Amino acid sequence: MGHAFVKRLKELLNSLLVPLLAIITAIIIGGIIIAIVGGNPFAAYLGLAEGAFGSAKALSETAVWATPYIYAGLAVALAFKGGLFNIGAEGQLAVGAVVSALIGYALPGWLHTSLPWFIHLPLTVGLGVLGGAIWGAIPGALKAYTGGHEVINTIMMNYIALNITSFLLNGPMRDPNPLNLSAKTPDIAVSARIPPIFPGLRVHWGFVLALLIAVFVWWLLQKTTLGFEIRTVGANPDAAKYAGINVKWNIILTMGISGALAGMAGVIEVTALNYRHELGFSIGYGFDAIAIALLGKNNPFGVVLAAILFGAMRNGGTRMQFMTQIPVDIISVIQALILLFVAADAIIRFIYRIRPGEERLVLTRGWGG
Amino acid sequence: MDWRRFAIIVFVIAIMFATVVMVGSSQNSPLLIITSMLATTIAVATPLTLGALSGLYCERSGVVNIGIEGMMLGAAFFGWLAAIYMNTIFHMAPIVSLIVGVFVAMLSGGLFALLHAALSITFKVDQIIGGTVINILAIGITGFLNRQMFFGAGSVFGGQIPHAPGVLPRIAIPLLSKIPTIGRIFEQQPITWAALILVVVTHFVIFKTRWGLRTRAVGEHPRAADTVGINVYRMRYLNVIIGGMLAGLGGGFLTLESISSFEPLMTNGRGFIALAALIFGNWTPFGAWSAALVFGAAQALQINLQFFRELIPPSLAILQNSYVVGLAPYILTMLILTGLIGRTIPPAADGQAYEK
Repeated sequence: MGHAFVKRLKELLNSLLVPLLAIITAIIIGGIIIAIVGGNPFAAYLGLAEGAFGSAKALSETAVWATPYIYAGLAVALAFKGGLFNIGAEGQLAVGAVVSALIGYALPGWLHTSLPWFIHLPLTVGLGVLGGAIWGAIPGALKAYTGGHEVINTIMMNYIALNITSFLLNGPMRDPNPLNLSAKTPDIAVSARIPPIFPGLRVHWGFVLALLIAVFVWWLLQKTTLGFEIRTVGANPDAAKYAGINVKWNIILTMGISGALAGMAGVIEVTALNYRHELGFSIGYGFDAIAIALLGKNNPFGVVLAAILFGAMRNGGTRMQFMTQIPVDIISVIQALILLFVAADAIIRFIYRIRPGEERLVLTRGWGG
Repeated sequence: MDWRRFAIIVFVIAIMFATVVMVGSSQNSPLLIITSMLATTIAVATPLTLGALSGLYCERSGVVNIGIEGMMLGAAFFGWLAAIYMNTIFHMAPIVSLIVGVFVAMLSGGLFALLHAALSITFKVDQIIGGTVINILAIGITGFLNRQMFFGAGSVFGGQIPHAPGVLPRIAIPLLSKIPTIGRIFEQQPITWAALILVVVTHFVIFKTRWGLRTRAVGEHPRAADTVGINVYRMRYLNVIIGGMLAGLGGGFLTLESISSFEPLMTNGRGFIALAALIFGNWTPFGAWSAALVFGAAQALQINLQFFRELIPPSLAILQNSYVVGLAPYILTMLILTGLIGRTIPPAADGQAYEK
């Protein structure tokens, strides 16, 4: 046992090496940029760490930030495993949020009765997730049956979702309260809410659920027939076809599950955190989710770690800006650099003289599909 | 560019023009409306045309570029920043500042492209991921610098955005622009004229020159091209950088020609729509340009319908909603990509890294 265990541990550490060095390098370059624009990088990063981990409240907020990142990161990672590039997490998230907000505030009125939580909450969550799943499955179906590339179609679906959401939140779904000045829905009913874990802190059960879903995604991909089929289609669609896998249906299903996971990110923000949907809260989640999936090497547990790191940076960034006047946008630059170094690990391997890895992620198979 | 595609393009544009003519005919003459629509269409199509030409050079040489959006955004910001610096700090004349801005925009587009080329050609990163890196990096850098430069501690502009030196002036074609009513079409701003000229130039370069032949060779069959002594890496690098400069010019359109301000995320999907135009145009300059015109017309439709808002009959009330009309370009893009109008054939080695 001892020998095998040591070998596994060595493999694990080896696979963590490049992402860790990528993070460190990005943070160093970020520090240089901060110094160039006249800030003190050490003070800035101290503020960042304090804001992210310095107190119970800071930890709670980091978890709150990390929660949608976990769901959306898992969504992108699962699609990657199936050989699909889902840039549409943002749109799927928005659709999930809009649908669950609608069910959350309007359903009791439609039925002229108040609902017990064990009926209302599952409906709110379930229909929101379904919305995200459909939003993801549409580009999947287009890819499967017409060859329309999912990269462009998911992005178009983002803009369509954004337009529809803007229309709904400025029109039919806008909170009719005369004191309301922004594009947001009314608050959802108490029976559709997921409670916080500790009184006084915002961290909620949606975070715990995200961890469980990560385990579920790992189980789905590694231990089930469906997961095997998804991975086979991702690795080699032609071989999958010869092996008797229904590749078209598999693509639609993969994008549907991916969309459901991204939709979950929006649903949880509505049911567990904001208790309403507001315009513009989801901007940028889609691209962040891609970075998280790549940093986590498409491994569900890696995604959780990457999501917590990104959540900590976003959360701590606010305190950093408050303490040092360095714009919080520097976080986006650092995150882009992390993605750059993870994607082009040859750069990191060159800088730190590490032997080249075996696997290389290849997604691009031209536009024909 | 086959006749079927051409017919679809003419048909779709005609429907959009007819809608506006129908709605606005009680107030303006059809000729005036069509002229106004056409002038808007050509102008709005400019960044899409340049974005599509950018993609054309990259993909004809075998490099998929989904980073056009980021290249445009970065160029829009740096071009605008350069123009403001020239005008406010160095007290240059507005027109000189704007011209410097255009060159800086092209330069920064070229630099982003250099990064994309290094990632996809030298480091052999998956090209779609490489493009995504460009997009995220551009959003981060422009967002950070926009706030730091103008509102950050020690900002040279003292906490406010200074007056930009306006936009590039219109250039009228002699005689043609003097024609009553429709003369307006022949008064466009310089980047718009440049885009039209570049469509013709690109067609000539890609299909009639030795450079174009070599570019297409490395995009179709790099191994064969290598065998006959063409430097595959060099051709790909140069074409991707040319592409980046064109995307940069498209970004310059947004902040130096269209409006004189910068907003985070202002490219708003234009880079991706340009890619769809390229695919619809079957990787040809004229095809891509005509597809860009369809998107331009969709946006002209939205703008003009807002203008005639009050005149829209109740039966077409849905057109009063700018969010609904705003969906048109995105849905069009998806319909186009579904191959509704026939399959398109990308360069054979598009998206594949070349290993010597």
